[in-house]
Amino acid sequence: MIRANGPGALLVIVPAFNEEGAIGQVVRSVKEAMPGVPVLVIDDCSNDSTVGLAAAAGGEILPLPHHLGLGGCLQAGYKLAYEMGYEYVIRVDGDGQHDPRDIPRLLDRLRQTGCEMVIGCRTSGNGAWRTGWVRALGIWFFRLVLRPILGKPVRDPTSGFVGVNRRALDVFSRSFPLEYPEIEALVVLQRRRFRFEEIPCRMRPRLAGRSTLTARKSLYYMVHVLLGVFVNVLKYERRRPSPAPAVKSQGDDKRGDKEV
Amino acid sequence: MDRLLHVTTGVSILLLAIILVSLRRAHIRAEYSVTWLAASVAMLVLSLWHGLLDAVRSLLGLPDSPLALFLLGAAGLLVLAFRSSVVISHLRDNNIALAQRVAILEHRLRDLEKHEG
Repeated sequence: MIRANGPGALLVIVPAFNEEGAIGQVVRSVKEAMPGVPVLVIDDCSNDSTVGLAAAAGGEILPLPHHLGLGGCLQAGYKLAYEMGYEYVIRVDGDGQHDPRDIPRLLDRLRQTGCEMVIGCRTSGNGAWRTGWVRALGIWFFRLVLRPILGKPVRDPTSGFVGVNRRALDVFSRSFPLEYPEIEALVVLQRRRFRFEEIPCRMRPRLAGRSTLTARKSLYYMVHVLLGVFVNVLKYERRRPSPAPAVKSQGDDKRGDKEV
Repeated sequence: MDRLLHVTTGVSILLLAIILVSLRRAHIRAEYSVTWLAASVAMLVLSLWHGLLDAVRSLLGLPDSPLALFLLGAAGLLVLAFRSSVVISHLRDNNIALAQRVAILEHRLRDLEKHEG
């Protein structure tokens, strides 16, 4: 079962949509790197054998009733983790690009610094991660845009290798961007004056499949995310009581301290 | 101009009939039909009451009465389209939240059944 087994519990979530070529290996490698840590595969209505392969590899499955896109898929995982009382959640992509051996470093940073989010930064790791010029240009552009908004530089704002603590989980379970969530999520956290840190991580080639971001889609991505960033900056959010979690965690007592 | 106004009168009556039939068959909810009803009644009144249409034309500073009617209709459609986008956005948000809730509850239910079994 996926219920948190005590204070400081960690859950690894893997959003997946048609990842049959990689998902089994991803779940196995996470379990090897983090024995005893549950791995939750959130299946966004795959029409291949993603669910069966993930389950066979030992993953817990959260199948969505219909396709929600990456943001909706991730938020379902964050909601479940929050309700089950987890203190930390680390997201690993289902295509095998993230090296699970870096998970302990992300977790240590979350625990030691108390910051709400740690990003596995791909640009300064030891791995030979290379990207196309369109994506590199996009990352550079968003670094410039985000610098004044976040009040500090961010090296890899599009990285999906991300760890969050319970305070961020509380926020994300109520408010999370639906499409291309990585950059907007940073702004969502900044609005609560939450902190984030980056640590260099290894990046591996995809085990299977291709990126959905083509050159043409990259332009749509940039416009969409830019709009989302400014909407989040200007957004007025009413104070709402958060839904009562099913399992209470020690961190709940501090929940809402930094709400603005 | 008279022929054009006859056409808009006919279209307004047809639109009113469609809205009322849709309401009766529950194809449209009452709260979403109010704007359509108001728009079609306004178009009908302006088509039949030439004096009022002429007053609107001169208020807007337009050369032709049909142009005034067309612009009012276009403005009404823009408002309706925007209102529809707002409703769709709410529905999408609610749909996503509902799908996530269903997934989480199913997961917890399976777990309970597994433990009971």
